[in-house]
Amino acid sequence: MDPSRKRRIRLIVALTAAICLAGALMVTTFSAASPERIPSQLVASAEPGKTYKLGGKVVDGSIKREGDTMVFRVRDPKGRATVPVSYTGAVPDPFREGREVIVTVKKHGNTFVGERDSLVTKCPSKFQNEQKS
Amino acid sequence: MATFGSACLILAFAVSLFGIGASLMGAQRGRADWIASGRRAVFALAGLATAAFVVLESMFLTDDFSNEVVVSHSSTTTPFFYKAAAAWSSQEGSLLLWLFLLSVWSSLVLVLVRRRLRDVTPYATAVLLGLGAFFAGLLVFLEHPFSTLPAAPSEGIGLSPLLRHPSMMIHPPMLYSGYTLFTIPFAFAIGALIVRRVDAEWIRSTRRFALAAWIFLGVGIILGARWSYAELGWGGYWAWDPVENASLMPWLVGTAFIHSVMIQEKRGMLKVWNVSLILGTGILCLLGTFLVRSGILQSIHAFGASTLGVPFITLIALLIFGSIALVVSRRDSLRSEHRLDSLWSREAIFLMNNIVLVGLCVVVWWGTFFPLISEAITGDPASVGPPWFDKYVVPLTILLVLLSGIAPLIAWRRSTLANARRNLLWPAVTAVVAFVALLLLGVGERPWALLMFVVGAFVLAAVAQEFWRGTVARRAMSGESPPRALLQLVRRNRRRYGGYIVHAGIAVLFIGVAASSAFQDAVDARLQVGQSAKVGEYTVTYQKPFADLVIARGDLERIDIGAVMRVEKDGKYVTTMRPSRGFYPSRAFVAFGPVGRFFEGEATSEVGLQAGRLRDVWVAMTPDINTLEPVIKEGNKVFTDAADELPPEMAGAALAQALRGITQRYVADPPPATFRMHVSPLVSWVWIGALLVLLGGITAAWPGGPDLATRKVKAGYAARVAQDLGRA
Repeated sequence: MDPSRKRRIRLIVALTAAICLAGALMVTTFSAASPERIPSQLVASAEPGKTYKLGGKVVDGSIKREGDTMVFRVRDPKGRATVPVSYTGAVPDPFREGREVIVTVKKHGNTFVGERDSLVTKCPSKFQNEQKS
Repeated sequence: MATFGSACLILAFAVSLFGIGASLMGAQRGRADWIASGRRAVFALAGLATAAFVVLESMFLTDDFSNEVVVSHSSTTTPFFYKAAAAWSSQEGSLLLWLFLLSVWSSLVLVLVRRRLRDVTPYATAVLLGLGAFFAGLLVFLEHPFSTLPAAPSEGIGLSPLLRHPSMMIHPPMLYSGYTLFTIPFAFAIGALIVRRVDAEWIRSTRRFALAAWIFLGVGIILGARWSYAELGWGGYWAWDPVENASLMPWLVGTAFIHSVMIQEKRGMLKVWNVSLILGTGILCLLGTFLVRSGILQSIHAFGASTLGVPFITLIALLIFGSIALVVSRRDSLRSEHRLDSLWSREAIFLMNNIVLVGLCVVVWWGTFFPLISEAITGDPASVGPPWFDKYVVPLTILLVLLSGIAPLIAWRRSTLANARRNLLWPAVTAVVAFVALLLLGVGERPWALLMFVVGAFVLAAVAQEFWRGTVARRAMSGESPPRALLQLVRRNRRRYGGYIVHAGIAVLFIGVAASSAFQDAVDARLQVGQSAKVGEYTVTYQKPFADLVIARGDLERIDIGAVMRVEKDGKYVTTMRPSRGFYPSRAFVAFGPVGRFFEGEATSEVGLQAGRLRDVWVAMTPDINTLEPVIKEGNKVFTDAADELPPEMAGAALAQALRGITQRYVADPPPATFRMHVSPLVSWVWIGALLVLLGGITAAWPGGPDLATRKVKAGYAARVAQDLGRA
């Protein structure tokens, strides 16, 4: 086989392999990802037992501690709908009332139970200190 | 002052535009005076950007509250050390920092290449000035670092307490230095493509910039990780957060670049690949800045809210299409001078390392942007978490570390079996011994970690062998003492041995990462005073609470509420820790009340950390201050009622008294507190490995050394001697 033909075959094989790998990556991501929802969407349709990534603002005055567990409500970033979330374990420092959080939850009865260690707050490099007063 | 600053920025914008025109016209028409004008525009830009940056810094340092940015990011109680950093915690300040660094590095490179690359430089200058004009334009038209308030308040809002950590002082300048330094080879690659001068000269001239960029970016990433570990009360150093990923992506592609350019320098191969890598790195640097500053990935809705969205997307799209067009139209000039001789050669291993690095970048990119991609395709935003990243990144990283051990042992062009056996034997034996030993120790239950340890051992042995052989050979030739021979060996071949030190550092770093993520003991517990929790082999006891009012410059900076924790192992005392949580006062007097505001502001963890060679014990504490609520409410009522009657000084003293009373009540009758406790093996080695990487990087990038011409002569002489010896 002449060298240029051999090279072309090699290139095609390599490209095919790369495309297959990339395709596998893409397909598996869709099944591994959890849908992102804001509270109003969860209120409208949430199946019990399915995992959701809930994003929204922690409602002012809603944080209550019950022993190890913390219960608070999460509100739409630009809306009124809220859902109750119960979360067990330590939360990151930036966690505050009024701050945007993302937490992985499953529906149990009427509340959404947070997965341990899944709660994150919006990145600190975007932090501004409170509203300019 | 503010007017002067704004004037500098407007001039900077104008000078950049002028310089672009002058450079391009000069290059087109071969007019040296116009080209010189373009170069002087870069120096002028550097002067103006520096002046503007100095003005902003001095405003921060002197608490000039007539400036809106200073008010919203600094305060008189912000420690002096952090006032300087507050400047770049703001959007406006960080963009100005970008412009300042870009202009300084651009000036430096133009001074360094003034006698070389005469045809490429004008175009590179135009690219650099184009970026300068972009950032100056943002600062003139969209973000105003010098906007003045009509009435200056007496106090600012202050730097977010979370950012008050030494590594956060230097983290942003390091990242931005990395980003801006990478734009130098980026600009010269574009220049080289435009004039079709795609030999290795542009690579040689900007090599130190690429290396320095790689070092700075790496240091920035590690400082961010360190900050997360020590400050965030979460106990991890990497979370696959979009902001972390944003800085990791250019670093990965940049790493591929600094490896693959060696192949072009030595063998004239991979030209398309190299220019593509550096173009990709430059674009990823801009993308990184954009991701962090716009917040687009937290939510797609942030895009509309951010003023930076449209300009950045336009610039990035322009650069992507421009780069592709350039590479495609120049593909004839980019032909390789040689072919790959064998798959068992250093070139081939480098190529594999490149593919793995780019693959890693693709994975990180895909995961980071998946929420947007998913929303675009299915109309339904969905995101992936750390487990998804780990699944792909862990095997690729192990492969990468393995390749970093093999590459130095394999000859260029073609390696023979005998050569491979001679060089690979001892590292392979070490790896096998490590494998068996670790299996006996029970590490086998975590196969990925085990694999990383084995591969790490292989790399360390390979690097040690190279140093050993080099030193022995040098001693045989020069008769120097072993330490001196080692030192001379490194000094004479800084690039090579610096690289080996980097490889060893990376191996150490990932051994630390593997150990601390696979074998960490983590416990979240709610403890009463006197209760203990068991974390791994350690027993941690909550001995007693403490509370302090921290006063800075006559003002209450924060209230610390913490715990004294006794740590024991097998009944023996190990250490005492004092983790605490600092409550910074909120400025919302009305919402939380005069007393309540001291407990409702930002809060940060001061973690208890006992770092060790073999393991770190790490404890964070969250006090339950809900029990104080009745007292705080009472205090709010008393002080609101008395606000009109008490003179301010007395009110202050009374308030301090009241806060002291409240905290004393907490200490006297402490409610249970929540603790997060970790025992993580080998975390220290993550930082030690990073320091080694830094040391190796500096070794390789250090300026000076024998210049190319003498080295070539010497190499020619050495080759002749070797030939003669071979014949003899």
